[in-house]
Amino acid sequence: MTAEAWQIVFFTIEVSALSTLLILPLGVAVAWLIARREWPGKAVVETMAMLPLFVPPVATGLLLLMLFSRRGPLGSMLQRGFGWDIVFTWRAVVLACAVMSFPLLVRTAQAAFEGVSARFEDIARTLGASEWRVFATISLPLAARGIVAGAVLAFARAMGEFGATAIVAGMIPRKTMTISLSIYQNIQLGHDAAALPLLFVSIGIVFITVLCGQIITMRKRPR
Amino acid sequence: MSLQLRNIRLPLADFALETDAMFDWPITGIFGPSGAGKTSLLDLIAGLRRPVAGAVKLDDKVIFDAANRLNLPPRLRRIGYVPQDLALFPHLKVRANLLYGYRPALIENELFTLGHVAGVMEITPLLERNVTTLSGGEQQRVAFARAILSAPRLLLLDEPMSSLDSRLKKRLIPFLLRIRDEFRIPLIYVTHDAAELVALCDEVLMLERGQLIGRGSPADVLA
Repeated sequence: MTAEAWQIVFFTIEVSALSTLLILPLGVAVAWLIARREWPGKAVVETMAMLPLFVPPVATGLLLLMLFSRRGPLGSMLQRGFGWDIVFTWRAVVLACAVMSFPLLVRTAQAAFEGVSARFEDIARTLGASEWRVFATISLPLAARGIVAGAVLAFARAMGEFGATAIVAGMIPRKTMTISLSIYQNIQLGHDAAALPLLFVSIGIVFITVLCGQIITMRKRPR
Repeated sequence: MSLQLRNIRLPLADFALETDAMFDWPITGIFGPSGAGKTSLLDLIAGLRRPVAGAVKLDDKVIFDAANRLNLPPRLRRIGYVPQDLALFPHLKVRANLLYGYRPALIENELFTLGHVAGVMEITPLLERNVTTLSGGEQQRVAFARAILSAPRLLLLDEPMSSLDSRLKKRLIPFLLRIRDEFRIPLIYVTHDAAELVALCDEVLMLERGQLIGRGSPADVLA
């Protein structure tokens, strides 16, 4: 593999890991709120969190482009507040990966929280624990394996993200080029041989990642 | 200690739990067939379920009053609860389970210390064990000890020995009597085992389809 191909691989791993870390706190919070609380608008939020799974990725990319371009409502705010450009930068790649992998994290973490017996949480309350302590010391540790498995899935999804990234970040060499984008570009240019190493590396990374997720999920855990 | 339930109404799946009762004996038994509403009664006393009507008073303190929208959360009620499945936290060792609800600020005498309670319950050698590795009888005593260490004003026991054979039940009864005699914690004891009622309870309330249909000494109620 060329130095450029390795740069693409490491860049893809970095943005995938960063996007997973970014969505982790929000994803866990949303998953817990859906699994454990009744509140007005819950069904709407639950549906919205799942939308990226079903809306065409390029449509999601277009929406992100409209929101985060310099003239967009969020993009202009970030530009004014922090001097950040989002669209067609590495930040756009992270953003697209985060949005597209969010539903996988939420769904898996939600199932993990639902799998924790509510009786443990009830008894912790009778032992004097505040709601925050119940979450931090009972719900979260008992759901931890499911949450880690969700994060692994989100990372794997981010590794393979293409449609939304292509629209909102473009295919700029050494700036926004990920494995998926590079494979696509090489094939478009007729450089199939250059795409092959990236293909195998990408399959290898995702295989190991998903396998780790499966092992974590399958390991017997106390209930 | 006295616990007063006044005109309580809690709708359940097939019927409503409706009670008006005073608990002022050291050990009060609640006896009735499966599905009579016994666990729901304990849940509402502990603050885990909210009745639609009525009031609950523990000694001179109102802890629930539907008319005045007063509902003291479980963590502030100081009512211990040992559920049927014990709900020992499976990710914590015995010591951490025992200390989960330990409230040194509430301790009125040296009886309520880890060393003493563990000694009384004969679980000192188990402190560093994982709770999932304990036998049924050991888990039972750890659950009792955990509840005692939270220094409750009242302890609710929901068929805590239902999964044990009669030999082990006989062995555990002295431990329950020590909770009454040594720690001076009044107990409300739910069971559908007549032998447990006779061995433990001063007074028994009969519950059927959410209604209290009788009360008296174990001998009277079982006659």
